[in-house]
Amino acid sequence: MAFGKTRGDLIFDFFNVLLLVLFSVTILVPFLNQITISLSPARRLEGLGMRIFPTEVTFTAYRRVLEYPGLYSGYLNTILRTVVGTTMATLTMTAMAYPLSKRTFILRHLWTSLLVFVMFFSGGLIPSYLLMRNLGLIDTRWALILPILVSPFTVFIIRNFMMSLPVSLEESLRIDGAHDITIFFRLVLPLSKPVIAVVVLWTAVGHWNAWFDSMIYIIDPEKQVVQIILREILTSQELLRDLLDDAAILAMMEEEEGIYIIPESLKAAMLMVVTVPILCVYPFLQRHFVKGIMLGSLRG
Amino acid sequence: MHTTPGRFSRFLAHANRDRFLLILFLPGMAAIFVFSYGPLYGLQLAFKDYIFADGIWGSPWVGLSHFRIFTQPIFGRLIANTLIISSYRLLVGFPATILFALLINELANAKFKGVVQTISYLPHFLSWIIVSGLVIEVLSPSRGIFPFFTRLVGLESPYLLADPRYFRGVLVVSGMWKSIGWGSIIYLASIAHIDPELYESADIDGANRLRKALHITLPHMLPVTSILLIFSLTGLFTENFDQIFNLYNPLVFEVSDVIETYVYRVGLAGGKFEQGIVVGVFNGIIAFILLIIANRVVKGATSHGVW
Repeated sequence: MAFGKTRGDLIFDFFNVLLLVLFSVTILVPFLNQITISLSPARRLEGLGMRIFPTEVTFTAYRRVLEYPGLYSGYLNTILRTVVGTTMATLTMTAMAYPLSKRTFILRHLWTSLLVFVMFFSGGLIPSYLLMRNLGLIDTRWALILPILVSPFTVFIIRNFMMSLPVSLEESLRIDGAHDITIFFRLVLPLSKPVIAVVVLWTAVGHWNAWFDSMIYIIDPEKQVVQIILREILTSQELLRDLLDDAAILAMMEEEEGIYIIPESLKAAMLMVVTVPILCVYPFLQRHFVKGIMLGSLRG
Repeated sequence: MHTTPGRFSRFLAHANRDRFLLILFLPGMAAIFVFSYGPLYGLQLAFKDYIFADGIWGSPWVGLSHFRIFTQPIFGRLIANTLIISSYRLLVGFPATILFALLINELANAKFKGVVQTISYLPHFLSWIIVSGLVIEVLSPSRGIFPFFTRLVGLESPYLLADPRYFRGVLVVSGMWKSIGWGSIIYLASIAHIDPELYESADIDGANRLRKALHITLPHMLPVTSILLIFSLTGLFTENFDQIFNLYNPLVFEVSDVIETYVYRVGLAGGKFEQGIVVGVFNGIIAFILLIIANRVVKGATSHGVW
């Protein structure tokens, strides 16, 4: 703006920046706090404190957590469901979106209505559970992949993107004798890369963070996802112990190489071990997610 | 009149023409039929006593006996908690997200803006298991940062997660903390589409920033706001589960047990399937009705709706 700032503007700017800095601090501080607790020996963790920077470092808590066998199977299961689930979901949804993007596709309105209905109404938790049981999918990895294979909302976003593609290329391929499936794989999929990238990211994050389905459908601890492993560690006596007095904690202290650590450090270490992969890839992917929201909002 | 070649044979010809498209389309649609429409079959258990050996179809009908839950005090508590927690969320969280978008929009320094936005999106990418873990640790009376600060300013703070007076506040604040940054993106996108000339001519007229925000930015956010408001109203009865389930405990059940947590805890985990289905379906129907009402009301007021 070509106009100079008034005094009011400057005061507003000052408080605006201050407020947003404070907000950012409230997001960063809990992480710094947990990192510090995960790295600190017991003697640094007595009583209340700020603890956003470790004054003495021990990796005992991490060593203990990394010794925990459930962590590895949990991570493998999460990676497995994320890779397989995302691949299958992306293929299935793009394949659905292409026919829907054609105005003359058979029964197009019926299909659309059927998809819209499930966006807003579902049978609910217990009927879904009974269905999975009747299909024999309980305690199988398919239970974590098939029910969330198709998200109607995502299908519509891909469809809208495909509708905006130029038809001329498709016409020329068709004159050369290509049929719809060839056109889909050769032409439409490559042209849809921007929206596919977004769908892959959305779906992958959904799978990575999913836990409820695993909690109800998976029985075998070997097939449990890492989020549930984390939950188990976090919820063991958590509230109870905090409500009880610190005396109990002293009794639970663990000794290793002469360094005492407390259960909180173990929990913090576990929390970090599950969070760090996301923290690492997040800054690079963030831009694409934002792009995805934009793609979605163009519709509205 | 000439007999038509038959609607059915025309339909077949159409299907034949689209056969390759159908090959692409039907696998996904089959998944929708099985996993989204399939569960509707189990809803009949609302009127039956489920006997595992007899299956869903073979279990005996018992009429409306499971609907007696509607007359019990626990049901009133569930409805009240669901409504109260959701309304707090809507009244505080919804405007806060818009305000956050406006504040971000007023930042002049693009780099600072980018940093704040990147940080603010972060919690959105973490599951409620992780975020709840953070919340519990931050509030922990023995090591938490929050009690540290309250004591610093001379206040004795109770354990918020175990205190029925504060628990809902924790839900609202932690929910906002997680979603406000991400939620603001869509508003910022709509702000980015505003014609810059509008602001320039307002500058010439001598409008200050507040006036520009109120008279240019906000009105242009209206379509997006209307649609998001409809979705939020619909979400009043859903979307509560992950957060509450990972934060609540028996000490605060009275103020935090909502329909969804009840369906899981008593219906599924407790094995009272029929009861869970009755309450769950009630929840689904209310959400559906809310969607239709919300769409009509918001559309009437702003002429922007979901359909």
